[in-house]
Amino acid sequence: MAEDEKGPTLKEQLWDPVAGFGVTFRTMFRKVVTEQYPKEKFPTAPRFHGRHQLNRWPDGLEKCIGCELCAWACPADAIYVEGASNSDAPDPEGNSQRFSPGERYGRVYQINYLRCILCGLCIEACPTRALTMTNEYELADDNRADLIYEKSDLLAPLLPGMEQPPHPMRLGEDADQYYRGEFSAKPAQGGEA
Amino acid sequence: MSEKSVERSDEVTLTIDGVEVSVPKDTLVIRAAEQIGVTIPRFCDHPLLAPAGACRQCLVDVPDAGNGRGFPKPQASCTLPVAEGMVVNTQATSEMADKAQRGVMELLLVNHPLDCPICDKGGECPLQNQAMSNGMGESRFSDARNHGVKRTFPKPINLSPNILLDRERCIVCQRCTRFAAEIPGDPFIALVERGADQQIGIAEDAPFLSYFAGNVIQICPVGALTSEEYRFRSRPYDLVSTPAVAEHDACGSAIRVDHRRGKVMRRLAGNAPEVNEEWITDKDRFAFTYATADDRLTHPQVRGEDGRLRAASWTEAFVVAARGLAAAKAAGGVGVLTGGRLVAEDAYAYSKFARVVLGTNDIDFRARPHSAEEAAFLAAHVALAAPTDGGVSYDDLESATTVVLAGLDPEDEAGAIFLRLRKSIRVGGTEVVAIAPFTSRGLRKLSARLLPTAPGGEAGALAGLADELDRSAVVLVGERLATVPGALTAAADLAARSGARLAWVPRRAGDRGALETGCLPNLLPGGRPVADATARVDVATAWGVEHLPENVGRDAEQIVSAAVAGELGGLVIGGVDPIDTADPAATRAAIAAAGFVVALDLRSSEVTEAADVVFPVAAVAEKPGMFVNWEGRPGTFEAAMHVAGALPDLRALAGIAQEMGVPLGFGTIHEARAEMMSVGPWDGERSKLVEPVATTEVSTGSTTRGAEVRLATWKQSIDNGRMQDGDKYLHATARPPVALLPPDLYDAHGPTVTLTGDRGSVTLPSAVAADMVPGTVWVPANSFGSGVLSDLASPGSTVTISGGQA
Repeated sequence: MAEDEKGPTLKEQLWDPVAGFGVTFRTMFRKVVTEQYPKEKFPTAPRFHGRHQLNRWPDGLEKCIGCELCAWACPADAIYVEGASNSDAPDPEGNSQRFSPGERYGRVYQINYLRCILCGLCIEACPTRALTMTNEYELADDNRADLIYEKSDLLAPLLPGMEQPPHPMRLGEDADQYYRGEFSAKPAQGGEA
Repeated sequence: MSEKSVERSDEVTLTIDGVEVSVPKDTLVIRAAEQIGVTIPRFCDHPLLAPAGACRQCLVDVPDAGNGRGFPKPQASCTLPVAEGMVVNTQATSEMADKAQRGVMELLLVNHPLDCPICDKGGECPLQNQAMSNGMGESRFSDARNHGVKRTFPKPINLSPNILLDRERCIVCQRCTRFAAEIPGDPFIALVERGADQQIGIAEDAPFLSYFAGNVIQICPVGALTSEEYRFRSRPYDLVSTPAVAEHDACGSAIRVDHRRGKVMRRLAGNAPEVNEEWITDKDRFAFTYATADDRLTHPQVRGEDGRLRAASWTEAFVVAARGLAAAKAAGGVGVLTGGRLVAEDAYAYSKFARVVLGTNDIDFRARPHSAEEAAFLAAHVALAAPTDGGVSYDDLESATTVVLAGLDPEDEAGAIFLRLRKSIRVGGTEVVAIAPFTSRGLRKLSARLLPTAPGGEAGALAGLADELDRSAVVLVGERLATVPGALTAAADLAARSGARLAWVPRRAGDRGALETGCLPNLLPGGRPVADATARVDVATAWGVEHLPENVGRDAEQIVSAAVAGELGGLVIGGVDPIDTADPAATRAAIAAAGFVVALDLRSSEVTEAADVVFPVAAVAEKPGMFVNWEGRPGTFEAAMHVAGALPDLRALAGIAQEMGVPLGFGTIHEARAEMMSVGPWDGERSKLVEPVATTEVSTGSTTRGAEVRLATWKQSIDNGRMQDGDKYLHATARPPVALLPPDLYDAHGPTVTLTGDRGSVTLPSAVAADMVPGTVWVPANSFGSGVLSDLASPGSTVTISGGQA
């Protein structure tokens, strides 16, 4: 701490302390930029990378075929998938065992939002457009377990005309008609967000 | 391939991509190119199968075939042998070869569905990989003019209950059909139809039922062949692979265990050229779900005051077991039965536990019919034999002029031996002579010369071979020979007189390791005879104990009878299923009669239900270990995955020993292995195999209606074994239980027969075995009910046969 011979100047003593408030006074008359989140929510950019969604065909069958390409593409190792076989044969209780068109569906689907960096490589990898991203960004919680989203958390909501799988294919005879979009009777708008 | 032994003069020099390379004569260009680091894309080519030239993917340009003239068109390098002065340009340097390969790839993909996202091969698919590396980005067949319409087939068809075929994915490379015809000799699949409809098919009434069928899934270069159990289960990139050794037979086959999240998803053949090459049996491939069965033990159990088993902590179980065993030791001693499924380190721990902690030689790994003669034979002729020590190896089977099989059906009991013998027989190298009651399916595929022998007559048949064999012959004796008095002695005698080499082939993976580590009443670790004082001192010094029990102990049968008679105070049983033992009823009685029983097992069983203390142990995939195969070749492996609370047998034994105040000195597999190695093999005098006392013939006594016949039996590869539980698709490929009869008996009794022995009576469908020894009937040992030993009679004994209820 170097002691000066002369004391502070007059400007330093009187003007400078007041000048510091200049910014404050000026801002008082400007438009407020503070967002009142979470009381007021603003929409994100339309292509914002938010929480994932597993889409459905218009009859409610899942688009996911459990191919794990999303898990492979994921740079953060946040996705875990297990595939399984669809079957048109009813189970012992008489229920259908078909969750998606075709032979294979994703029996287990988990995204760990503690790891996910929302980069979107997974939705690029998805061969059936089953996985897309929504604009939902509120991905916080007070414990770790709840941040591992299960298939039930990620599946798109059932829109009117959709039916909760498992059920037989309603839109065509085989999976190819689904994939080619060759189904005529569209019960409702597609589930893709 | 005997590439190593080729002389310099047999080398051929050619130029590939401008690089001069010398390779042995008859090498194929595709493999010569590998020598200089050029990988020519291929699908149908497989080093262990005969060349086919089916897929045409490996086309190369040959401007000079070695005679100054070139081929005008690209040539398939997988069928083209090298020639002196040949010039070959692969896709690396030749525009023409590259264009040809891209063209072939485009054609292969014309009808390929490109459903990689749902295909199980996706991620490890040669077609996928080579389409990326040597294919064109675009196809001229999928444009608007052709509408991209592909030939389709209805979705998968079953080639067998276990193997599925997606025909539209198939590129007709014929690897599978060539495998089936060449390697196991089960040509049940073939090309059918023509042109674009050409496909792999089976005859309507003959599914692809082979004990080696699973190998076609692994060698299929596309995802056309899949197994029911693994279909859609996982992806190669989320599996963790660990090399391991198969635990289902004594072949020591190298496998690869793929697991995900603490669960084994699939198993593949490893690559062990000196053992199983690249093939394994379906049992090795598919039978692994036993470890995740519902009745898997997860925590120690202790029998409570109320007489029921209750969960206990490890510490409590150690204390209770130690207290009980100490009391049992004082009250007459404790016998140890270890089964044959343990890794060598665990077997060593049992061996040391019996000697040091329990102070007894009453230990036996042979949970099957056995004899004192066998123990002496093992001590004198089998212990310490190894390929490195002049013992018989797989390669010796291939180079032998004659291989004699006695008490061994290789297809059922030792798949890798079967395949190796077939390999040699296909090139006319080896003659197989089988001492068996009839020509089984496996022996027929080995073109074996049958010496028809009724059960019990093997000793005579072996003795009769003495003049035929010479030093280039190999005699393989199976563990079943133990039930024939004098047969093992005869085999040893035959080997000694003719100079033929002798090897013993057990059925279970741990048998040979247990023998080497001293799980026998007459042997200490390293093949040291109990009766030899120097050997005892040797081991006692290594273990740091004052002395070891001096008397040769009881074998399994004697342990059982001693326990029934109340002479033994307790039993330690690790992985023994009473139905495998010589007399299941007696074994059950012994467990019930013994004052204190400690059981170490993977899954809840008859033994654990009756035990006083139960310790859960780790499955093979959950621990490191070593299996010594029939050759004496050690195969070590690491744990495929770590499962909390899954501890090897030796950890439980070490815990009990600690509580009893006599620490074993190791707590992990690696520590035990190190100690085992430091104890080392015995270099002193081996015990001699003495002539056995002639035993009296077993007679059933009871005479009922019907004829009396001798009972021949062995276990089929796929049967009701406990370690094959859980995969219903594998089980569906098992051969149906059938009693095989000589023609006269079949004519007399018809297509259903009832066999009655001293332990029960079974009714089975029957079939004719044309060359079955008269007066003999063969039944599979563990394919129906609780098995032959429980439900019928002991092998070799006399049973009565009568026509069954129609």
